[in-house]
Amino acid sequence: MNFKHKFVFLFPGLFVLIGILIFPIIFTIRLSLSGWNSYTPEMNFIGITNYIRLFTDDPRFWESFFRLSFLSVTTVILQYVIGFALAMMVWREIKFKRFFRVIFLVPMMTTPVIMTVIWRTFFHESLGPVNDLLGGLGVKPILWLSDPVIAKFTVIIVEVWQWTPFMFLLLLAGLLSLPKEPFLAAAIDGASPFRKFVYVTFPLMAPISIGAIIIRLIEASKIMDTVFVLTSGGPGTATETSSFYIYIKGLREFQMGYAATLSFTYLVIMIISLTIIAKVLTKLMIKE
Amino acid sequence: MSKLYTFLKYFFITFWTVFVVAPFLWAVSTSFKDFQSVNSKVTYIPWLDFEPTLEGWRVLVKSPAKGGVDIVEPYFNSIFVTCTASLISIVLGTLAAYALSRFTFKAGFVRNNDITFFFISQRIMPPIVLSIPFFIFLSTIGLLDSLLGLVVVYIVLLMPIAVWIMVDFFNRVPKELDETALIDGCNPYQAFYKVVLPNSIPGLIVAGMFCIIFGWIDFFFAFILTFTEVQLLPVKVVALNSSITPWWSLSASALVSVAPLIIVAFIVERYLSKGNLSGALK
Repeated sequence: MNFKHKFVFLFPGLFVLIGILIFPIIFTIRLSLSGWNSYTPEMNFIGITNYIRLFTDDPRFWESFFRLSFLSVTTVILQYVIGFALAMMVWREIKFKRFFRVIFLVPMMTTPVIMTVIWRTFFHESLGPVNDLLGGLGVKPILWLSDPVIAKFTVIIVEVWQWTPFMFLLLLAGLLSLPKEPFLAAAIDGASPFRKFVYVTFPLMAPISIGAIIIRLIEASKIMDTVFVLTSGGPGTATETSSFYIYIKGLREFQMGYAATLSFTYLVIMIISLTIIAKVLTKLMIKE
Repeated sequence: MSKLYTFLKYFFITFWTVFVVAPFLWAVSTSFKDFQSVNSKVTYIPWLDFEPTLEGWRVLVKSPAKGGVDIVEPYFNSIFVTCTASLISIVLGTLAAYALSRFTFKAGFVRNNDITFFFISQRIMPPIVLSIPFFIFLSTIGLLDSLLGLVVVYIVLLMPIAVWIMVDFFNRVPKELDETALIDGCNPYQAFYKVVLPNSIPGLIVAGMFCIIFGWIDFFFAFILTFTEVQLLPVKVVALNSSITPWWSLSASALVSVAPLIIVAFIVERYLSKGNLSGALK
């Protein structure tokens, strides 16, 4: 095929994307080498001072990073297990199949921040329905948002509610596109439902599962909206994730230079770790 | 065994349905409350537990000068930004995806897969990393606090999604289709426009829906990059979440803002049931 045409197709999109992104990325790198803050709001050059500070003197960033890892891995595992279970349940014929499919999809169509505002009233410790109903069962009020440990689980509950549908959608679409023959063969062999799942469904779903998990991990690593509205990183720093910490440093304390250092380091760590996770998952789930 | 399984299955489905629906029911109930019925004790059912009022809904259309919230303008802003950015992303993304699926690119060590990865990897970028430079970038070119500025930023958010879905989709559209068109005397653009595109409607619909969802639900960029001139819906609703929260108007505005996309859930389900989506999403 003619040589030139392919560029006509590719370049508009590629160059628009690069055009929009090139400035922010170069700017972030340059900014990370400066001491821009509210006292000296200028692009001076202070070398790698910020990076030294980050790697030797900022446990709060690393804590926020491990907290983020914990939150995103936990939520994605829960979303995968629940999403897979739900997809299996409405895959084959079941009463009100289409009704349940719609219901299971609805949360991902809603705006996370806006639903989180509702969740905040839902989990309100004295005026919310959860503690009220639990109180009716004789349970003492639970500090959903102000206990450092429970607040993490509240964030997880909200995230699972919000994004399990995404997993459900990808997995159900995958299940519906599976070939019929392996299932027929398993049925002829008289395999039990459990064995059918382990030896037929799950292996066939492995590539789709990996794709879905990686996409969700990428999105979950950006968890910010929920935390921002639900707990503002609190109580203390109990639910503070990396993004939120960078936000505090950059746009609340105006330590722009240092925030850029955090951003750039965080981005590099994210790209490396997600690539490794993708490789490992592919190895683990596709054995042949 | 199978009876227990059936029981567990229906139990789980019921449990999850209640979990999904609960916050919506709570929001609907709260939107009809007044100060008294929110702050005295927890109330649930209108008329039985509390006297419903329409106040929470009325303030949504009142102008701010009269103590209203006025979410009408943010609503149209959100629709405009989401649709414009989605449309641009779909057009550019589809063209790029077609190129990546049909032609071979080679530049140094860069191959097709690397270019595709470059597009998709933009989703890895946490919004916070981009927001500070975008803030300065947009204020330099005078697009801070404007609809156009947001559209530019949202293209970065949405084009990766369009490319991701469309590359996979085009890979499954048989190559013979365009080859036949070329033999019949079409040039590559006609082949794409007249033959491939009409066969890609399901993929385009899925890509479009995903772009609209992820554009509509974004909060962070709108929160950082706009102030007073232009407000998007999520920012407006969250702004209500101040120290003394009017839960009733908050609930009402939340319901109004999430309502349009719930229709998308029905469309997605239709496509799932007809089997068109499974090809496009894999």
